[in-house]
Amino acid sequence: MVDLKGKLVLALGERDGVPAPTLQKCIESGGGQVIYAATQCFA
Amino acid sequence: MVRGARFVLAHVPGLVFCGSKPRREFAARDGDLRAMLRRRLRPFSAAVTYPPHQVMLGALAPEALRGIPRPWHLHPIVGAGPEGPAGTMIDEMTFYAWLARADTANLVHFTEEFALRLEGLGVTGRPTALTADRLARALADHGEPLYDRQETTVGVVVPGHEQDEALSAAVLLENLAAKVTGALALSRLLDDAQTPEINYLLGCGEEAVGDRYQRGGGNLAKAIGELAGVRTAGGADVKAFCAAPLHGLLMAGALVASGVHRRVVVVAGGSLAKLGMKFRGHLAADYPILEDVLAGVAIDVVADDGRSPVLRLDTATVHRIEDGVAPHQMAKALTLAPLQAAGLRMRDVDRYAVELHDPDITEPAGSGDVPAGNYQMIAALAAQSGEIARADMPAFVEAHGMPGFSPTQGHIASAIPYLPHAVAGLTGGALTRVQFIAKGSLFLGRMTTMGDGVSVLLERNPAR
Amino acid sequence: MDLEEQGTIQRLVESGQRERMVVVLGTPNASSTLMIALTLTQGDPSYAGPLAGVPLGLPVYHILEDDVKQAIPPTVYDQEIGPMEFVLDKPGITKALEKVRVG
Repeated sequence: MVDLKGKLVLALGERDGVPAPTLQKCIESGGGQVIYAATQCFA
Repeated sequence: MVRGARFVLAHVPGLVFCGSKPRREFAARDGDLRAMLRRRLRPFSAAVTYPPHQVMLGALAPEALRGIPRPWHLHPIVGAGPEGPAGTMIDEMTFYAWLARADTANLVHFTEEFALRLEGLGVTGRPTALTADRLARALADHGEPLYDRQETTVGVVVPGHEQDEALSAAVLLENLAAKVTGALALSRLLDDAQTPEINYLLGCGEEAVGDRYQRGGGNLAKAIGELAGVRTAGGADVKAFCAAPLHGLLMAGALVASGVHRRVVVVAGGSLAKLGMKFRGHLAADYPILEDVLAGVAIDVVADDGRSPVLRLDTATVHRIEDGVAPHQMAKALTLAPLQAAGLRMRDVDRYAVELHDPDITEPAGSGDVPAGNYQMIAALAAQSGEIARADMPAFVEAHGMPGFSPTQGHIASAIPYLPHAVAGLTGGALTRVQFIAKGSLFLGRMTTMGDGVSVLLERNPAR
Repeated sequence: MDLEEQGTIQRLVESGQRERMVVVLGTPNASSTLMIALTLTQGDPSYAGPLAGVPLGLPVYHILEDDVKQAIPPTVYDQEIGPMEFVLDKPGITKALEKVRVG
């Protein structure tokens, strides 16, 4: 298991995959801190 | 009622050099990129016979693409022409002639030789010509060059104001290109349906028309109407990224249903900035540059005529601020929820019209097959809600989906390319019900991390 | 990943505390996952961006990997990820990252 607690996370999302706000909700609920979040649209 | 929709595709290979990605890549990277791109620009004949374009013009059904091996540019439709039942393709010369005609601020100038050729087309009066000397000075002074497919400079767009970024030459060219392609689509619609008079035009493109004090002032709709020779209509623009055409369609439908107007046309021109967006992928795959067309659209919304398909405004759904942005959450909100509310099952929808980007354009650049991804999601919802088994998902996609075929022109690709086919199927054909679903990436503007979406059902008129 | 984003990420990583940093991806398929993961671990292989030849050396994960899923409360994962687990190419994505970690 990857322990997210105390980690500083760069959340690189994609609109047609998993977007950044969704990644952020997951990561924060696992104890991580999101320091960068971006969603790529149509790379 | 949606009486019809018309598309115009302007084949403008010379303008690919002005696309946002080509422009930035040429500046950032060394080497021969510009020359490599130029060598892969295709002629008008190749663009006309390109199967996805024939689908855009209404001459070929989207489902027919399944019978054509990919990549489709290797299998042109022999004998296909630039006129289809739902649209027209114009060549670069014709586009430039219309650009001159659209130029109310006298900012577009051509070489003397090119101006003469344009005059010969009879589209416009006297296009402004500059001597070689004055042209060179205009180009050196923040002018935006206009090229043909051979990268020969044929003209220039000059800035509208020395100190106003919102009136830079590049922005003005982008806006003029949208104005021209929107007007041509509206014109084509009027060729096929002159009456009743149009009361209101709703613009839904993604350009920003304005100046330093009001960068997004808008109402390109009225300028489009004026260029197309419409005098009876007022107008306004709807700004909602790629979801704008469907937002516009809902508003047009509501205005007509309530009796405020009798005929509203939703219009948009194409996106110059998106030309050549995926050119690196196309060069690597040894494809021609496929993103060489600007697309314009005009959607005709009228009062009940006993014939045209019904816009079911009672199923109109918008993605709300509280809704999540993960693809399954959006699909649930936009596809499943309105169907359930209307007492319908997912299989009661004959076709789902989603983002219909041509996968030959997107896949070589690593962006996958966007329609296929959307259909996967819709089928997964059908499975999750117990309507079908997971093993039946591919069959559901085959029956209710279609291959993508739209140019990657943002708002243009967002469900609406299926409109002419839907209208045909819902009047003379075998369809009963189509769901249109559009999505918008609001987060790109950096004002929110949200997405957006709209959906609505189009149904056969009960009188038929 | 465009040049601008590469630059932003590079500056962020160099600003300090990189031992605590990890990347979590939300890419939809194997090829886009591979492309981004390579850029972040080995440096931009095909472009002349700020990360060309500059390995960031950050651990890269994907939200669909079981190791990541287990770190997240199941109710949250179910609501936020849900059917994406089988709509996206989870096996392909997992394999792509395994390839990057070994290579």
